[in-house]
Amino acid sequence: HGPYQPHEPGYGLDQPGYSPYEDQIPDPQARMLAIKNAKAYLLKSSTRSGLNLYDHFANILTKILDEQPTNTVDIIEDISKDVKWAQFQKKMDTLRDEHLILPTYEAAEKCKALFVKEVGEEEELDEEMGQPSLPNVMETAFYFEQAGIGLDKDESYYIFLSLKNLINVQPIQTCRFWGKILGLEMNYIIAEVQLHEGEGEEETGEQEEETVAEGEQEMDEAEEEGEEKEKEAEPPKSTYKPPPEVPKEENGTGTNKYIYFVCNEPGKPWVKLPPVTPAQIVCARKIKKFFTGRLDAPVVSFPPFPGNEANYLRAQIARISAGTHVSPTGFYQFANEDEEDEEGDAYEENPEFEPPPVVEMVESLATWAHHVKAILKQGRCVWINPSQKSEENEEEDEEEEDKEEEGEEQEEERGLPLLTLISEDEGMKNIPAWTAQASTNLIPQYSVAILQSNRWPGAYAFASGRKFDNIYFGWGHKYSPESHTPALPPPAQAEYPSGPGITETVDPTVEEEIAFRVAQEEALAGEEEEEEEVEDD
Amino acid sequence: DYRFERVWFWGCIQGLRGAYYIAEGLGPNRAAPRSRLYSLNCLDWSLLTPATKEMLALAEQLKGRFQGDPSFEYHLAEINAEAAARLAEGGREPVIKEEARLIATIEQIDREVAIVPRGAFVKTPLGSVHENRHFEGLSLLEAKKLSSYFHFTEPVNLKNKTLQEKADLDPSTDFLDSLEHDIPRGSWSIQLEKGGTVVVLRSLLWLGLTFYHVPKTKQFGYVYFGTGEKNLDLPFML
Repeated sequence: HGPYQPHEPGYGLDQPGYSPYEDQIPDPQARMLAIKNAKAYLLKSSTRSGLNLYDHFANILTKILDEQPTNTVDIIEDISKDVKWAQFQKKMDTLRDEHLILPTYEAAEKCKALFVKEVGEEEELDEEMGQPSLPNVMETAFYFEQAGIGLDKDESYYIFLSLKNLINVQPIQTCRFWGKILGLEMNYIIAEVQLHEGEGEEETGEQEEETVAEGEQEMDEAEEEGEEKEKEAEPPKSTYKPPPEVPKEENGTGTNKYIYFVCNEPGKPWVKLPPVTPAQIVCARKIKKFFTGRLDAPVVSFPPFPGNEANYLRAQIARISAGTHVSPTGFYQFANEDEEDEEGDAYEENPEFEPPPVVEMVESLATWAHHVKAILKQGRCVWINPSQKSEENEEEDEEEEDKEEEGEEQEEERGLPLLTLISEDEGMKNIPAWTAQASTNLIPQYSVAILQSNRWPGAYAFASGRKFDNIYFGWGHKYSPESHTPALPPPAQAEYPSGPGITETVDPTVEEEIAFRVAQEEALAGEEEEEEEVEDD
Repeated sequence: DYRFERVWFWGCIQGLRGAYYIAEGLGPNRAAPRSRLYSLNCLDWSLLTPATKEMLALAEQLKGRFQGDPSFEYHLAEINAEAAARLAEGGREPVIKEEARLIATIEQIDREVAIVPRGAFVKTPLGSVHENRHFEGLSLLEAKKLSSYFHFTEPVNLKNKTLQEKADLDPSTDFLDSLEHDIPRGSWSIQLEKGGTVVVLRSLLWLGLTFYHVPKTKQFGYVYFGTGEKNLDLPFML
């Protein structure tokens, strides 16, 4: 047991003259002595830490009087611990602190790169490309802020600067801030871009050539293997023919009209997303997965998604754009009014457009129209008959082709024509597809019409006079009133065609066998008799 | 009017025709259940009654968006005939008002995903819970770990921990459930924003619940901006 604290019973018992029965010290000199003893005791250093109680109490009281926290008595132990901590850090400083590079610092470095203006910039602008349109992100952010939607001003500005960088690097014709999709580990910032003509097609041309060459190689190998196999007894051939692959749409049309660049944070390099294939869109409709934030992450789902997270992200972006990109009716008009609606992919701004007043835009949904083509069930914007395409690719499948044409005929799908009014969007159950609001009721002259999508929560559009824009902030999933039910696995395929060679038949019972034998003997006996009769004659 | 000492903005639940803005207030007794007020336009606020178990049970069966009109009545007969029959036997009509659904939803959200950083609240030996005046914020390392955040409700799992784990706990600060053991695993997304100066946690179970904390300072808080629906598809989405 160590020396006692003053408030504990038993204090002073080890000192001469101090018994618990003596409360008062009558002699002043003895009192002075007692005080000195007490102080000496307090000054006694601890053998372990080199501190002494007197100094420690002095430090604690100093700290308390300096900071004057409320309810000190409740946190006195914490204060005491903190004071001791402070002491320790100074004394054990024999090691040099390694200068930790804070992640904050690294991030700040990246952002700093955004702010540096390149010297050669001004020269490049004089080339024949002309000035690509940098979207005024801050202006759009201001309008959305009226509705309570948007990012932090700092972040908007960083995005603005990184878009400027993107335009300097890539040959871009038009550019727009599409929105932000949240992910588990990191978020995605997405820019919608149209490249100059002729730029984007080169890459895909190479890819196609590669795949065709590979396909030919595979076919050669398959033929060799087939010959070898025929010599051996083969297991029954699979009668499964995968449905013909729907070819993806060309760059610049339909779902691939725009090219998308993503980055995780402004300041990081922009990554181009691959064009989307119809198979990916069809599969994306059936699954619902969070984005992790890494573009190369696999998407584990059923039905298995053909691609990794970059493809899934691209497919969701395509669906969201097709479902929620709207503009005031009449802002865009068809370029050629003679052509049919399906082929009229081109639209241009209507120079004679007069914006309806904000009140009208809020009240009636007929003042808004989609300006992106809807995606059909097939996964494309323009329907294509897949069995026609397969003629060009493989020659061996001619026989199978005939069977396909005779069998199911895929119905031609017709989607809604471009520039349909959003008042024709179906709601789900009793939830309308869109919710319209004015940004403020108090100042009608400057209020902005805001549209919120209920089918894709997080998609917003605003319109104010001639200005309008769409944006998306969210997790990237469609809203469904019922819970998501994943697709059930398909029924197990029949492994073999049933036929008489394989099917089991019931073995004849003993009675049947005897009856059969009797019948045979009778038949034989009958024949013998006939022969005998013949011989007799 | 309500004699609140502290008032928080809890969040906003988006309905189809309008949004509910919710605020919470606390009087001098910090341990009392918080009183909640809602408003459609941030000007007129109405008090919400505390949630009862019945309300919670009924509201769980309601699915779909909020309408935006507090007097809207959901007809239970369409949704669940049994519950409607039970209520009818009790002598009440089988309808539930949107206000009650609002109360129940807010209560559920607070119960399930209201979080605080470790050390922000301390428990005295007498059992009452106070704010820790001495809380200086989590360090950057701690802030990235899910185990440094607690649910701010009665602990459920605390007693199930092994003795070894309990030995490391400090009973004054670790008296709440940590986020590590939330089912399903991974239902929180934790991110550092602004170059690491702010740590943001987003709940994936209630999409729209966002919690922020600035490490090394006393600032933290959470807010809900969303449709007020629980994300039941979470296991499929992870």
